[in-house]
Amino acid sequence: MTTATTGRTAPAGAVGTARTRVEGRAKVTGAARYAGEIPFADLAHGWLVLSTITRGRVRAVETEAVLAMPGVLAVLHHGNAPRVETDYVGMLGAPDPTAAVFQHDRVPHAGWPVALVVAETPEQAREAAESLVVRYEEEPHDIALSADRPDAYPVDGHMPAVTEKGDLEAELDAAAHVVDVEYSTPEEHHSMMEPHAATAHWDGGRLEVVDSNQGTTWVQNELAQMFSLDMSAVRVRSEHIGGGFGSKGLRVHQVSAAMAATALQRPVRVVLTRRQMFSLTGYRSPTRQRVRLGADADGRLRALEHRSVNQTSTVYEFVEPSAGVARVMYDAAAHRTVNQVIRLDVPSPTWMRAPGEAPGSFALEAALDELAERCGLDPIELRLRNEPETGPVSGLPFSSRNLAACFREGARRFGWADRDPRPGVRREGRWLLGTGTAAASFGAGALPSTALVTAEPDGTFTVRIAAADVGTGARTALTLVAADALETTTDRVRVHIGDSDFGPAGVAGGSMGTRSWAWAVNAAAAELRERLALGTGIPPEGITVRSDTTEALQSLAQKERHSFGAQFAEVAVDTGTGEIRVRRMLGIFAAGRIVNPLTARNQLLGGMAWGISMALHEEAVRDPSTGAHYAPDLAGYHVATHADVPRLEADWVDDPDPDDPVGIKGIGEIGVVGAAAAIANAVWHATGVRHRRLPIRPDRVLEAGRDV
Amino acid sequence: MASAPSPNRSDITLHINGEKHPLTVDHRTTLLDALRERLDLTGTKKGCDQGQCGACTVLIDGRRSVSCLQLAVAADGREITTVEGLADGDRLHPVQQAFLDLDGYQCGYCTPGQICSAVGVIEEHAAGWPSAATDDVRPEAGPPELTPEEIRERMSGNLCRCAAYVSIVDAVARAADERAHDAEEAVA
Amino acid sequence: MKEFGYRRAADVSGALALLAAEPEARFLGGGTNLVDLMKTGVERPALLVDVRELPLDRVEPTPDGGLRIGATVTNSDLAAHPEVRRRYPALSQAVLAGASGQLRNMATVGGNLLQRTRCGYFTDTARPCNKRVPGSGCSALTGAHHNHAVLGASDHCVATHPSDMGVALTAFDAVVTYETPEGPGELPLADFYLPVGDTPHRETALPPGALITGVTLPPAPVAARSRYRKVRERASYAFAIGSVAAALDVRDGVVRDVRLAFGAVASRPWRATAAERALIGAPADEAAFAAAADAELAAARPLPDNGYKVTLMRNLVVAVLAQLTEEAAR
Repeated sequence: MTTATTGRTAPAGAVGTARTRVEGRAKVTGAARYAGEIPFADLAHGWLVLSTITRGRVRAVETEAVLAMPGVLAVLHHGNAPRVETDYVGMLGAPDPTAAVFQHDRVPHAGWPVALVVAETPEQAREAAESLVVRYEEEPHDIALSADRPDAYPVDGHMPAVTEKGDLEAELDAAAHVVDVEYSTPEEHHSMMEPHAATAHWDGGRLEVVDSNQGTTWVQNELAQMFSLDMSAVRVRSEHIGGGFGSKGLRVHQVSAAMAATALQRPVRVVLTRRQMFSLTGYRSPTRQRVRLGADADGRLRALEHRSVNQTSTVYEFVEPSAGVARVMYDAAAHRTVNQVIRLDVPSPTWMRAPGEAPGSFALEAALDELAERCGLDPIELRLRNEPETGPVSGLPFSSRNLAACFREGARRFGWADRDPRPGVRREGRWLLGTGTAAASFGAGALPSTALVTAEPDGTFTVRIAAADVGTGARTALTLVAADALETTTDRVRVHIGDSDFGPAGVAGGSMGTRSWAWAVNAAAAELRERLALGTGIPPEGITVRSDTTEALQSLAQKERHSFGAQFAEVAVDTGTGEIRVRRMLGIFAAGRIVNPLTARNQLLGGMAWGISMALHEEAVRDPSTGAHYAPDLAGYHVATHADVPRLEADWVDDPDPDDPVGIKGIGEIGVVGAAAAIANAVWHATGVRHRRLPIRPDRVLEAGRDV
Repeated sequence: MASAPSPNRSDITLHINGEKHPLTVDHRTTLLDALRERLDLTGTKKGCDQGQCGACTVLIDGRRSVSCLQLAVAADGREITTVEGLADGDRLHPVQQAFLDLDGYQCGYCTPGQICSAVGVIEEHAAGWPSAATDDVRPEAGPPELTPEEIRERMSGNLCRCAAYVSIVDAVARAADERAHDAEEAVA
Repeated sequence: MKEFGYRRAADVSGALALLAAEPEARFLGGGTNLVDLMKTGVERPALLVDVRELPLDRVEPTPDGGLRIGATVTNSDLAAHPEVRRRYPALSQAVLAGASGQLRNMATVGGNLLQRTRCGYFTDTARPCNKRVPGSGCSALTGAHHNHAVLGASDHCVATHPSDMGVALTAFDAVVTYETPEGPGELPLADFYLPVGDTPHRETALPPGALITGVTLPPAPVAARSRYRKVRERASYAFAIGSVAAALDVRDGVVRDVRLAFGAVASRPWRATAAERALIGAPADEAAFAAAADAELAAARPLPDNGYKVTLMRNLVVAVLAQLTEEAAR
């Protein structure tokens, strides 16, 4: 690790300095090995077969012909696969039964896994899988999501489904300005660059799984429960992870690989194809949202209602809690938020970067922009007038809320003061130009974690923690945190992560990873430093201290704990062709203490680029008549390319979390929150047209232009 | 694996990073799979296996190509450079060094493809090739300047879902500047 | 993917002989489309005849002022060639607008002409598709079709041709040359692609067993001032939802010569002959450009979700011709 810009290597000063990644050299030379790249002797390759029907039953799996093909070792399906347990509660709730493959003959959605073909080579496995004849009994399917279906029902998820106070209709009636609008967001896929991959094998009575996941002890726990094994009989490793974004938990690839490794008693690798990922690895559900706002003449909110409905599968209940963001952002005398789901014959959705906040902030922050227009107020001023003193729903104090500081700094740097509020009046050649803004928030949490820190006899330190570096730079951040806590330099600290043998740790998710792990590393390191201060010698095996943050987290006072941010965007719209280009974006965040400015800025910018992708490009299209995806690949599902992302800027205001030992809040999701709204608001400012349906594709711009 | 004579397999020699690798391949084997599954050169990544992401980019006869759509048998005898072959011993290739210094990645999975692609982009630009970002492609207009917009267009065949695009473009620009500077010094 | 044989051809006659000997053989060029289709199971050849190393990799001026482009010239070399950029800039732009740098380095001119549609039903072997399995039906008619054809389609198939290069070649009256075991032949690009009708699986008029050897561009002074504009759902690395290749010669405010071809709106690159007819002799202004576009698009038969393409193409034609007019005036 070298110091990139302003870094210092003096003791107790590593956190807050820009450092290149510990594993950077391995990543730029190709030496870093990801899950599908660890060699195993006698490795067999599994290839999944997915249902071609959308709903019904498997009548027959005609394995005979396939088993006679060259190199084919086994075909696993519901008729011969071992039974597994699904009636348990894992670290993050009940499992999605989609992962428990081959347990019954029902097909609950298109692309449901019906068999695994195992062969000596990937080519043989692929051909055999493609040749496998599966007979079905097809039933009619229902995949129609709409806001007004009577079978929608409220679901709690990680927050209450419904909150309400005050008399909504009365306050709306009394309001000087009312906005009542519906928004929709599409089915979105994580599409991390590394497909899910796992190799499973038995080693001395232990199930070993080399995987790509967001938490090795999380997946270890799930596999142990599912296969009715002791935790100690399962080891999961995940050294380098090619992106996760919420999708890399327990999935069919680990479970089917473990089944096959058990059946064949040899290592089996299962790698999902890009197309398979679209139906097997979760996604962000489409949402239909309705926002009703009522404000006084001066823009102060009297009424706020935000309702969201999303789809889930018939086998698993997942709520995309889009209405939750209003519980943090804005208060009103009458305040009502509702998250509902509808069960359809579709794959199970899951967490995807800023679950709830990403689609929810699009609707709420676009509605705020519409209200600002009605009130004749600057959109920033409207938000500042509605800054709550305490949690709008909880009444709890905020641990810190520096949203106003973000807006002030952002407005200054973006040049907001010069903005002409009128829409549709700035032209540059074929382009209409506009600017927009939106607020962002995301919860700052932490999960219980354990860490091992060892003082080695040679004066160096070894940190072991079952953390996951999904691209966040966690390995590097923890090196800085450990160096400071140990009052040493970073070159004396080695951090090992991604191995369930290191003991329980929180997942890389919910912007909680670095905070959770840093807490544990800091605690163990601090205790170790105290022990070393006693002056006893270090034995050959070193001195190891283990920490566990469970109690410390339980004793945290109840507060509203969140990161905040202000997003700004400038867009150019060609209303003749429907093309939209984002010209610049600025995000200013209040997101706790920034451990490594180099990697943190990168991550925040990546989130903002996700906002571009969400606003303009991403949409998985499901054919209503087949119930299956249309063109489920990276040519059919558009994510932003280099050419879509201009020079973006991200920066932060001072905002250390007062109750976190390092001051961290978490930055994984906040960058995407509000970004799509800022862009949509800018599109309105450019053209005068409100686009309430994402993505704002060229055809939608053209169709909207026709109506104007 | 024993490989009986078959019309569907061939004995080939892959020339990779200056080394010759004799190999018997199933014709279905792509160059990408030959690198990863047969030669333990796993630096080249499989992101989509359909030519839609660029993670598998290598240089074939000096030109960037997606190895997932290149059959290994059809690469017999051609000069292949992968990410493992760019550094000069311990000294990183300037493009690799720029990615490292400027944090031109996050998860790192698209990185070898981005880096190989950037090496190709810099050579293509040096050869005077225009791009879709070049307003006037006529030779009279002269070679295009390698602006950030040109870099973005030329690098667009390499998806980065972490979206580390801002720092990748900075890294490519720095490496291109260094190459241009070196070329000037060589002339002087 | 099933197993297949592989042979590398050293010369054209050898390539033809190899192909003739195996009914399920295919020529392999850059492989950027064929290998992908083999992975998805759409193509299942028994033998690949690799023609990439045939001596057909030159771009050469013809004595009359045109260009002859070999079939194995890569897209990259075609786009970068100084004479292409000088005489037919829209062709260079069209090629550069397609795919990615990596794919352009691999893909060949011959393969580009023969590439298959990217309709998502064509590439999904679990769904009906008349182009893939004749008589099985067209899923796009009632399914996802927001990027399907509005011109020249039939109720048997509404897929579009994905080529950018082909649009510019069509505008410039390119002629495809080929060899067969019985001897050489040629086809104007206008006749190369067959109408969809009820045989969408029959895409070209190329005789069975033929090998494309090149494309000849006749001289076209008007092409020196030409542009290709492509609209897609992201800024790069995506297929078009609409594109225009245009060349314009304006003198004294009047259109003397014009070439117009559309991409992503039909089963083939679409030469806008009605629009061209309307423009010759017309004033070079936006009203005339719009009227010409309308003349061409009068034949459009949009589906429920792709009507925007008619608006898009009209606006694109006007924008590109206006731009060319303005550039001519500089």
